Amino acid sequence: MTALTLHAPVLLIALPLLGAFATPLIGKLGKGARNTFVGLIVLAVAGLASLLAVSVFGAGGVPTVYELGGGTFTFPLSGGQVPIRILFEVDGMSAFMGLITALIALTSAFFSFSYWRERSGGDLYFSLFLLLTAGIFGMVMTGDMFNFFVFLEITSIAAASLVGFRVWRKQSQEAGFKVMAMYTLSGLFVLLAIGLLYGQYGHLNIAALANSLQGSLTDMIALGLLLTGLAMKAGAVPMHMWAPDAYGEAPAPMSAILVANSQASLYGLFRILFTLYGVTVSTGTMGWILIVLALLTIFVGVTMALIQSDLKRLVAFGAVSQIGYMLLGVGVGLAVMATKPEYGLVAMQGGIFHMLNDAACVGLLFFASGAVIRAAGTRDLNQMGGLGHQMKWTSIFFAIGAVALAGVPPFNGFASKFLIYEASFKLSPFLAVIAVLSSIMLLAVFVKAFQAAFLGPRSNASAHVSDPSPGMMVPMAALVLVIIVFGLFPGFFVDHIVTPAAKALWLGRDAYINAVLGG
Amino acid sequence: MKNNGMSIIVRTVTRFVYGLIILFGFYVIMHGHLSPGGGFQGGAVVASAFALLLVAFGSTGLKGRLNLHWLQTMEEVGALSFLALAFLGIGTAFFYNLFANSGGFLFGASVPTGSNAGVFAAGGLVPLMNWAVGLKVMTGIAAIVIIMLVGSRKEETE
Amino acid sequence: MNIGNLPFVVAALLVLFGLYTFLFKRNLIKLVIGITLIETGVNLFLVTLGYRTDGISPIYTFAPEAQKMVLPTPQALTLTSIVIGLATTALLLSFAVFIHRHYGTLDVRKVKELKG
Repeated sequence: MTALTLHAPVLLIALPLLGAFATPLIGKLGKGARNTFVGLIVLAVAGLASLLAVSVFGAGGVPTVYELGGGTFTFPLSGGQVPIRILFEVDGMSAFMGLITALIALTSAFFSFSYWRERSGGDLYFSLFLLLTAGIFGMVMTGDMFNFFVFLEITSIAAASLVGFRVWRKQSQEAGFKVMAMYTLSGLFVLLAIGLLYGQYGHLNIAALANSLQGSLTDMIALGLLLTGLAMKAGAVPMHMWAPDAYGEAPAPMSAILVANSQASLYGLFRILFTLYGVTVSTGTMGWILIVLALLTIFVGVTMALIQSDLKRLVAFGAVSQIGYMLLGVGVGLAVMATKPEYGLVAMQGGIFHMLNDAACVGLLFFASGAVIRAAGTRDLNQMGGLGHQMKWTSIFFAIGAVALAGVPPFNGFASKFLIYEASFKLSPFLAVIAVLSSIMLLAVFVKAFQAAFLGPRSNASAHVSDPSPGMMVPMAALVLVIIVFGLFPGFFVDHIVTPAAKALWLGRDAYINAVLGG
Repeated sequence: MKNNGMSIIVRTVTRFVYGLIILFGFYVIMHGHLSPGGGFQGGAVVASAFALLLVAFGSTGLKGRLNLHWLQTMEEVGALSFLALAFLGIGTAFFYNLFANSGGFLFGASVPTGSNAGVFAAGGLVPLMNWAVGLKVMTGIAAIVIIMLVGSRKEETE
Repeated sequence: MNIGNLPFVVAALLVLFGLYTFLFKRNLIKLVIGITLIETGVNLFLVTLGYRTDGISPIYTFAPEAQKMVLPTPQALTLTSIVIGLATTALLLSFAVFIHRHYGTLDVRKVKELKG
């Protein structure tokens, strides 16, 4: 293992953090220098995330442990030693989330270079963007509960600032306040739960806590608080009120990374359910709670998308509904975790694969709708129309993103949704029916939006529009490439990156604990 | 007066006190590795002196003493120097305390275990990090206070 | 009731008052106050977790020999949480300032551009 791979978990956090603080200084040299610097940082981060993923997936399910300020202990510990420093612990699932975050950070940074060119305040914009990226990487890499809370709050502050970044829009100020209030509340729930756990066991390290967890009444209260807080931050119905506002009001490329942020909270939820609590609670009950949340999220998200006339908000509700599919897949996996039938792992694979696919599709849709709104000068679908005549490529990209998200073959959304349908049908046919019907409804929603915006006669809005500059086209094309490649060769990706991630959650609790505390 | 600043009593007292507050803040930062306090607390104390100036003299009174642009630059410098200090030990691990117990002149003294009178020259990177954090916090909070004042003043004139 | 449990009761009350304020008040500034109350309750809870009866502060400078010390970790956690709370409160208040500038009110019932 090279030194770079060894330090990758911390560099993934430290480099964007360095970028976040240095960007305003380098911005004084000019926009070109700043964009080059930010571009180099995200490229380095993407390289490190891939390197880490290769190393972790190659290790065959043994998590990598990194000790901050190390040099004292060697891991795994032996002879009843207790981890006292902050640890980063990277298993298959963390590495997988790192890949998603790197993909979205890379594309949205390069999209932003063109998207934000004429606007002022770019230094702060990229500074907050890098801070958010650092926070997301921190959330998915950390092996320490309190450290998780700190990174959760870093993402909250950066994300809410980005939602309210356009201070001249009154709606974004409203959304920003709402988002920050909900994020703070969810963070405090998580902190209270961490306090309850620490008070009982005296550990903050996830592996050490998992090892000593008893499943007492206090643990259950802590679990309830963690579940509420993290589901709230992931935007699951009925705590979703902030999510469409946030996705809709943030600048388009930042909506994409906000989705990655929601997924990081979802990761935290899964980490807590599978690794921290695992068998100490009734996994069947917890699984069914997730499934109910999932069905509500899918249903409410799709129905609310149906009645929107604001293009960005419509996509935002689509993004909310997709969180439900991830919860459904993983919920089915959790519900049957005790008996471990074959289809449980399939459900986990579906749910986790859908995270990656959702990030790519929703990212593409937000980019495309941002480009459309920028060109047409309106967000209202009723005032658009006929944009497809001049914006050929954008309309094609939007269409690909929409059908992929709705789960139409041969795109990637179908690959993951099919796994979810298949596995949830085996648990209960009712679940699969709701999931399939909602997907069809989502397709209808996007067909309506596509027809309203791109087809039909030329309208006032479409008089002087054109496809955006190459700086915005290339990131969209890159995401289209991801969507098509994942759709055509799902087997390869499921085997090599999704299955290790699913197994790390579903079967990897002992491996996670042993990597720190020793067998 | 044009609602700018407060009465002569407040302003006179402020003139006496604000230097002492800043001095106390620096003391708290300096002894962060030995006594309660540290970078954040000391920085907050220093920033409170700036806030006091702002309240007593109004925004015009602060002009020429504190420049928002300069404050924001110094905040970035504080954050970057903290990160740079953390990167120093990357040969072993991020945040590795390179200077502790090294015997060198930069806080490298070793400390006896148990109760002691406090060794100022100990702590390695920790006192340096306290200064970095202190710089960031004092300038950051001062900037927040100034921005909020400017924001609320605009509203009054509207 | 054991007097040592009193801080926990106070913490719980603070959290409940904060939740009540957050859920039922209509003024944005009062919502921020509610959030700050919850935060204070959680911080008090954390710092109380580390208290040991007759413990002294966990600093070795001139510490009496062989005296119990309170746990330093919860204090570090509380401090971090206070720092984060400062940032979130500042951000929430600046949003409130901007909302007041745009809408001319702080009443949540009138700040309703985004719904449905």
